[in-house]
Amino acid sequence: MNKIISLICGIIFGIGLTVSQMINPEKVLGFLNIFGDWDPSLAFVMIGALVISSPFFHLFKNNKKPIFAEKFSYSNNKELNKKLIIGSSLFGAGWGLVGLCPGPAIASLALLNLNSVSFVIFMFAGFYLVKLLDLTTQAR
Amino acid sequence: MIISNFTPFLSFLGGLLIGLSVVIFFVFNGRLIGISGIASNFLTSKDNRFSNLLFLIGLIIGPIVYKIFSQEEINISISNSFYLLAFAGLLVGAGTRIGGGCTSGHGISGIGRFSLRSIVATVTFMIVGILTVLVKNLI
Repeated sequence: MNKIISLICGIIFGIGLTVSQMINPEKVLGFLNIFGDWDPSLAFVMIGALVISSPFFHLFKNNKKPIFAEKFSYSNNKELNKKLIIGSSLFGAGWGLVGLCPGPAIASLALLNLNSVSFVIFMFAGFYLVKLLDLTTQAR
Repeated sequence: MIISNFTPFLSFLGGLLIGLSVVIFFVFNGRLIGISGIASNFLTSKDNRFSNLLFLIGLIIGPIVYKIFSQEEINISISNSFYLLAFAGLLVGAGTRIGGGCTSGHGISGIGRFSLRSIVATVTFMIVGILTVLVKNLI
């Protein structure tokens, strides 16, 4: 069941990125172009996502157990450190250069766009490099 | 500042779907969605590998499902050179792993839980992204 949920969540997430056009890097670059022709759409995507997710996180955070898993498993890292700032800055620079972040980059593979394939291959190389150098911060 | 190409309704609707996906994954599987985490764990960790793979496959199926039902073409435009794409891909891959999250992990799952760490991360990558676009436009 757990695996079917993963597939379904991936599909819904991918549809969400498409409906909101966040799959298109131009739309994302428009959001980052605050000092030019600004497109505030990305902020509305985040608001939409937070309006749904935030109340549920708070409703369910005291539940002992998720429905199809033994326990909740996510890190509750609260540390504000140099790695957080350096990593997020590197990410922000790459994001601003081409307008792709991991979700839209992977979803756009559906469109068989060779440019997004190149990006994704090097993004995975980046993941691997960080693992190799043992600099990973566990997700969230 | 000139506002252009703004699509508030569709963006909000797409955001609701993304939020729904995050909620289902959390309530049923007990995990938080962060695409960089799911993708890099698929590559480097045995834990939940198949489940992570299925999520990534779903993420690619999503746009196809949309296309079938809406009968609309999905237009994207990426006009960078291969070297720039490779460099940016490396930065995004390495940066999200060092910082422990991306737009979804920090920006939605993290902020949704009111995590200060994720708020700091999101503000950081947005400011650097905005500055990068600014500098790019000046060159």
